[in-house]
Amino acid sequence: MKKQFMTPLIIFGLLVILLVVGLMKAQYIRDVPSPLIGKPAPQFSLPTVIEPQQVFSNDELKGQVSLVNIWASWCVSCRAEHEILNYAAQKEGLKIYGINYKDEMDDARQWLKNRGNPYVKSAFDADGLLGIDWGVYGVPETFVIDTEGNIRYKHTGPIYIQDLKNIIIPCIESLKSGQGEKCEK
Amino acid sequence: MLCFLPMSASGGPRGAPKEPIVFENPQVEDDYLELAEELRCLVCQNQNLIDSNAELADDLRREVAKMLKKGQTKEQVKVFMVDRYGDFVLYNPPFKAQTILLWAGPFVLMFWGLFAMLKKIKADKAENNADSSELSAEEKEKLQAILKNK
Repeated sequence: MKKQFMTPLIIFGLLVILLVVGLMKAQYIRDVPSPLIGKPAPQFSLPTVIEPQQVFSNDELKGQVSLVNIWASWCVSCRAEHEILNYAAQKEGLKIYGINYKDEMDDARQWLKNRGNPYVKSAFDADGLLGIDWGVYGVPETFVIDTEGNIRYKHTGPIYIQDLKNIIIPCIESLKSGQGEKCEK
Repeated sequence: MLCFLPMSASGGPRGAPKEPIVFENPQVEDDYLELAEELRCLVCQNQNLIDSNAELADDLRREVAKMLKKGQTKEQVKVFMVDRYGDFVLYNPPFKAQTILLWAGPFVLMFWGLFAMLKKIKADKAENNADSSELSAEEKEKLQAILKNK
């Protein structure tokens, strides 16, 4: 008789644990897992923000470890992130490429003029089609690219200083010197 | 906080209102509607593409329409989306190791419940049968007493 009551109770307990773990995870991991990790960066060839006659293509990403940051002048969180990117480019010497997503050319230029330009160059993705190829769903997003031109890490949302120091820089260092074992989440 | 691709006009990317999506071939339109029902809007994560007014949902709808009009199959469009956004973009997730609990769980629970129920019914029946067998001597006496009183 006692066992009869215990079985449903145990199953209920297991379900509760399952749900609690799911909820706790959801609180911290809001990111949609990217299927692009480990795959080559999407092919593209677009004009750049500063010099529209210049072309920026994915081939340029090969041969170095770099960051690709998706940004837009209309994106409020990009504003918070911009200082960090400036710092990363100037003080940490990171190579950052930009993809200017669904923006106006004039606004994008004004933004870089007012806030500083941490980017080696920024591709001008006016209609957001390149964004779809990168699986972008919320700006800003940042990708770590290895020397082969493969995507190794994705960060969704603005990069805070602790993200930069604890995750992104160790990932880049481990890619430069080894297999990128520090790039796993 | 993400700068989610804005759902309202304020603070969003600027531009003129876009042309509605028009189809000439009704078959393509059917395919389009079916896909837009099944693909998730990544921004408002509990809406599908057809329900969502988000900027990204609109872009993705247009992309789906463009691909179908070019003669690509529904399957090809789904692969295109999954390559970029993962299985998460599908409202109908595929059956694989990661989703086995999701797909098999309800059936396991259902069969377990059925099994437990049958077992219980059987046990109760056996108990009832045992009860309804011969009356004990004491019971017979009681019965006689009641009958006599009448």
